[in-house]
Amino acid sequence: MQVTINVNGEDHTADVEPRHLLVRFLRDDLGLTGTHWGCDTSNCGTCVVLLDGEPVKSCTMLAVMAAGHQVRTVEGLETADGLDPVQQGFIEQHGLQCGFCTPGMMLTARALLDRDPDPSEQQIREAISGQLCRCTGYLNIVRAVQWAAHHPAAAAAATAPSAGSTP
Amino acid sequence: MQVPASFEYRRAQSVPDALALLERFGEDARVIAGGHSLLPMMKLRLARPEFLVDINDLHELDYLRQEGAELCIGALTRHRGLLESELVGRLFPIFHDAERVIADPPVRNRGTIGGSLCQADPAEDLSAVCTAVRAVAVVLGAGGRRSVPMADFYRGPYETDVGAGEMLGEIRVPILPDSGSAYQKVERKTGDWAIAACGAALSLADGRIASAGIGLAAVGVSAAGYRRAEQALVGREPSEEVFAEAGRLAAEDCEPVTDTRGTAAYKRHLAGELTERALRLAVERALRPAAAA
Amino acid sequence: MTAVEEPVVEERPIGYGRLKRKEDPRFVRGKGHYVDDVQLPGMLHGAVLRSPLAHARIVSIDTSAAEAHPKVRAVITGEALAGLGLAWMPTLSMDTQAVLATDKVRFQGQEVAFVVADDHYAARDAIELIDVEYEPLPPVINARHALDADAPVIRDDQEGRTDNHVFDWEAGDKASTDAVFADADVVVAQDMLYPRVHPAPLETCGCVADMDPVDGKLTLWATTQAPHAHRTLYAMVAGLPEHKIRVISPDIGGGFGNKVGIYPGYVCAIVGSILTHKPVKWVEDRSENLMSTSFARDYHMHGEIAATREGRIRAVRVKVLADHGAFNATAQPTKYPAGFFHVFTGSYDIEAAHCAVTGVYTNKAPGGVAYACSFRVTEAVYLIERLVDCLADELHTDPAELRMKNLLRPEQFPYPSKTGWEYDSGDYPATLRKTLELAGYDALRREQAERRARGELMGIGLSFFTETVGAGPRKDMDILGLGMADGCELRVHPTGKAVVRLSVQTQGQGHETTFAQIVAEELGIPPEDIDVVHGDTDQTPFGLGTYGSRSTPVSGAAAAMVARKVRDKARIIAGAMLEVSTEDLEWEKGRWFVKGDPTASRTIQEIALAAHGSLELPDGVEGHLEATTVYNPPNLTFPYGAYLCVVDVDPGTGAVTVRRFVAVDDCGTRINPMIIEGQVHGGLADGVGMALTEIISFDEDGNCLSGSFMDYLVPTALEVPAWELDHTVTPSPHHPIGAKGVGESATVGSPPAIVNAVLDAIGVRHADMPLTPGRVWLAMHGGVEAPQ
Repeated sequence: MQVTINVNGEDHTADVEPRHLLVRFLRDDLGLTGTHWGCDTSNCGTCVVLLDGEPVKSCTMLAVMAAGHQVRTVEGLETADGLDPVQQGFIEQHGLQCGFCTPGMMLTARALLDRDPDPSEQQIREAISGQLCRCTGYLNIVRAVQWAAHHPAAAAAATAPSAGSTP
Repeated sequence: MQVPASFEYRRAQSVPDALALLERFGEDARVIAGGHSLLPMMKLRLARPEFLVDINDLHELDYLRQEGAELCIGALTRHRGLLESELVGRLFPIFHDAERVIADPPVRNRGTIGGSLCQADPAEDLSAVCTAVRAVAVVLGAGGRRSVPMADFYRGPYETDVGAGEMLGEIRVPILPDSGSAYQKVERKTGDWAIAACGAALSLADGRIASAGIGLAAVGVSAAGYRRAEQALVGREPSEEVFAEAGRLAAEDCEPVTDTRGTAAYKRHLAGELTERALRLAVERALRPAAAA
Repeated sequence: MTAVEEPVVEERPIGYGRLKRKEDPRFVRGKGHYVDDVQLPGMLHGAVLRSPLAHARIVSIDTSAAEAHPKVRAVITGEALAGLGLAWMPTLSMDTQAVLATDKVRFQGQEVAFVVADDHYAARDAIELIDVEYEPLPPVINARHALDADAPVIRDDQEGRTDNHVFDWEAGDKASTDAVFADADVVVAQDMLYPRVHPAPLETCGCVADMDPVDGKLTLWATTQAPHAHRTLYAMVAGLPEHKIRVISPDIGGGFGNKVGIYPGYVCAIVGSILTHKPVKWVEDRSENLMSTSFARDYHMHGEIAATREGRIRAVRVKVLADHGAFNATAQPTKYPAGFFHVFTGSYDIEAAHCAVTGVYTNKAPGGVAYACSFRVTEAVYLIERLVDCLADELHTDPAELRMKNLLRPEQFPYPSKTGWEYDSGDYPATLRKTLELAGYDALRREQAERRARGELMGIGLSFFTETVGAGPRKDMDILGLGMADGCELRVHPTGKAVVRLSVQTQGQGHETTFAQIVAEELGIPPEDIDVVHGDTDQTPFGLGTYGSRSTPVSGAAAAMVARKVRDKARIIAGAMLEVSTEDLEWEKGRWFVKGDPTASRTIQEIALAAHGSLELPDGVEGHLEATTVYNPPNLTFPYGAYLCVVDVDPGTGAVTVRRFVAVDDCGTRINPMIIEGQVHGGLADGVGMALTEIISFDEDGNCLSGSFMDYLVPTALEVPAWELDHTVTPSPHHPIGAKGVGESATVGSPPAIVNAVLDAIGVRHADMPLTPGRVWLAMHGGVEAPQ
């Protein structure tokens, strides 16, 4: 059946089987491979995207269910002004290693900061508790979100080519 | 990755539309809302509905409001909605206790109270909560609405009183004066199903327990079935001895089985321990309603 | 946050220091490139049909309905593979493993058939259409019964086999150990199981196989930690010429040992591509990953420790029953069927030690060594650190004091261990003291006493571990005959930028950054000017890959050595440029200068340009600025650390909260402290998972009870504390830059600290992992059995 889903601000229309999972639609139909999948039971959270601004697990949602909604993926975090502070925070605080959970973690962080610009450590841990990371032991993810909280908007653009250096 | 088998999909435009679709497709149809119980089962191909009726657009079923002496919860209310509702927290902190430990935040953003109750997983939390607070399920069908007390709503694991062509529309919870409620759960890790959990709700009058509801999850075939424990409370002054007595009876009446979450003996112990704890907290909240949420 | 911050020393380190990672810009933009991101024109999709039974004879397989599916291109069975000579493949332990079952299935989840279809959905639909008739056989699930006389023989594919015995192996000196035990004041014995666990990287295993039907070249994108080893093995298995195989390991979503082995799915995808003349993608789902690919541990251990009444540890002896599953697919050096388990003597100065390990087959998934374990060091460290706590309990002595009394002293290094190792360097007491100070040990013990008086259960657990990594010296270590040395190539371009090519493969460890830093430290070229190439066998030198914390100890050494070769050549060229003898030149990071005249110098960039230019070079000196090397480690490296964990246990439910975790690591020279800390953080979280929640368990029929993340419980951010780290630095004397490796230290060292803390809280001598609430509660109330 035909669906139109707004992804990262752009409408995408496609003919999909009802059983097509949103994560597969994003990856296979739109080529947005920054959204990952890592389990089949909605436990790992590597597939998290924002649906109308809030984190959801795109492996446990049909593409047809997302029709008419706004989806934001990791590819939609960066703007013309540069990286989102959350992206910059993950670089600054070494909030990622293999990078597989990172897109979902960053999107959850973005949604959290949109609601609460200065969350506590516990609030950050709770917010990401539906997403697994096997590499970082979570502490640097928490610090990355805190960094983003303390460097809203403009900071990211200013420190743009940061990897490979110590700003 | 695991993917579901093929099915047909309809997005309901209204409650009558949803009911008409369910009526038309009968036993082969399933309602989908949050999808967090149903879709994993479909991916494992343990559930193979031929038709899915998506009710996510039925915003008329997404509400939380007080009507007289009842809290009314639309079946499409998301877990997050319950967790963030000041009204719910003030009237029934037990919902907040439970919602904090149901699945995880992204799942709570999508999952609904209706979906949880209708999935009827024996370890599901809200069935125990709704049992404790003496909730009534409002089931919608071609013939209109019918009200089903929680004790009758749950028919067994993964089975409810909602028949083919019907859907859950609302949960109505009676608001009692001087009441308190609480939910206590032990899980292996965040987001896990309960090893055991207990919800307790009670009201006080003249320093005694006027009414008491207890619902347990994951320790038997039904969240209800703890009448003896409830009866042991009514008319008594709240005390450690009374809580312990109720806990002892709950532990006796549960029917846990040994599995990877724990042995039957451990779960039976938890049934008692958590019943005591939930009662203690519920009474504390009943006595200090302002601090309840 | 309580973690100790290391001061930022340099803003933009040219060399070692807290350099931001070079790989991060692509990852934070969602531009990582993992196997499932590979899309090729005409690509088909594979899916594996797996056995629902643990042990059964295959009576028949009917694939007709699947073949009739309109989107199915090929259905492959074991019989079809047998026709190609590919039904069985060699394992990393010289055993054989079924690619697709022909005679029997030997574990639940074993590969039975492979479907190739136009899309992923059709492939998954079609495997349901295959009809397999099984004749169930009694399974062997409990390793303790694998050698019973009446146990069913699992590997009857091996001619003449009458039992489930895999190997016996010993280390140490039995006679002298027994003699010490015979006259010891105190002997404490303890049975303990290190349960079967799984690395469970968030990206499952998978590949895209693309066999070019014209030139016969196979390109395989695969989740592999060891691309070169895989290529050589495919050449051996499939008979494909090695130069016609290109293995590309793209970005890897975590490995932890899970991606060392070769799995049947890879071979099936290759065969699928050969048969269909199209690229074939196969990626496991999570259940397949947990149920069929390399597990870890599953060691049933009986340990004994002998000591004086004053608490002087004298000897340790161990008997191990190792459950290797249905095929012995353990990845480890050939000489060591129990890996490096014989470091169970730990960090202590003892008189004698002996271990005997017996490996057995069971009807469980094959594998055996994976999950950040440094070849069974995890099991060894757990054993000795639990035994030391058992001894402390027996002697009613403080476990920190007992450890301090018995630790090796700095002057004993290099220390020849009683089981044949030579520990390279260390100041163990200093590291333990640092941990105790950072944790506030005495205050914690006082707090514990106060809480106990109030009926609260607080526990403090310690572990002191010595790791054994960097495999390894070629004379002792090989896998399937391939020596464990690693190559490295470095080329400095005319403009002074460089490319370094590695044989190892990152799965998140940050090789693109640290290897650039190693070269930068040696040559003075800024790390951002150094491209690190890895993960492609067509573009990199041979080597055995990344596991067992070997990247820095082996490949890191190779990178330093190849940079030094380039530096030596740069010296010759600088000499020609400055018209002085090379003996008159002195090196300062980034330039050669004339001794006594620092202004007369040539930078490495100037030298690079001259090396490619018209400068007249001394006789025999070729142009350009590049070098290659192969590093054969003279010894292993021995990182170590002292960990302390504080837990609270709910007396009514047995639920454990990890309140604090203090980790002081010594991994020798620290290349990038930020990355080291990240590695330690991750390993500590692994330890929390293993100690408290993770287990691959089975019922008596051999059904895997942990086949999804609903039951294989990986910790979330709420199960782990804010780690508190510090470090000491004792460089390895035999390593070119003194670095010892750190990737697995925390995974190895943390589980015993956590278990010791829980047992300290509840006052029980031993209980096996995982310490779930239910198991803790049972331990508190009369005992808990080993998990199955």
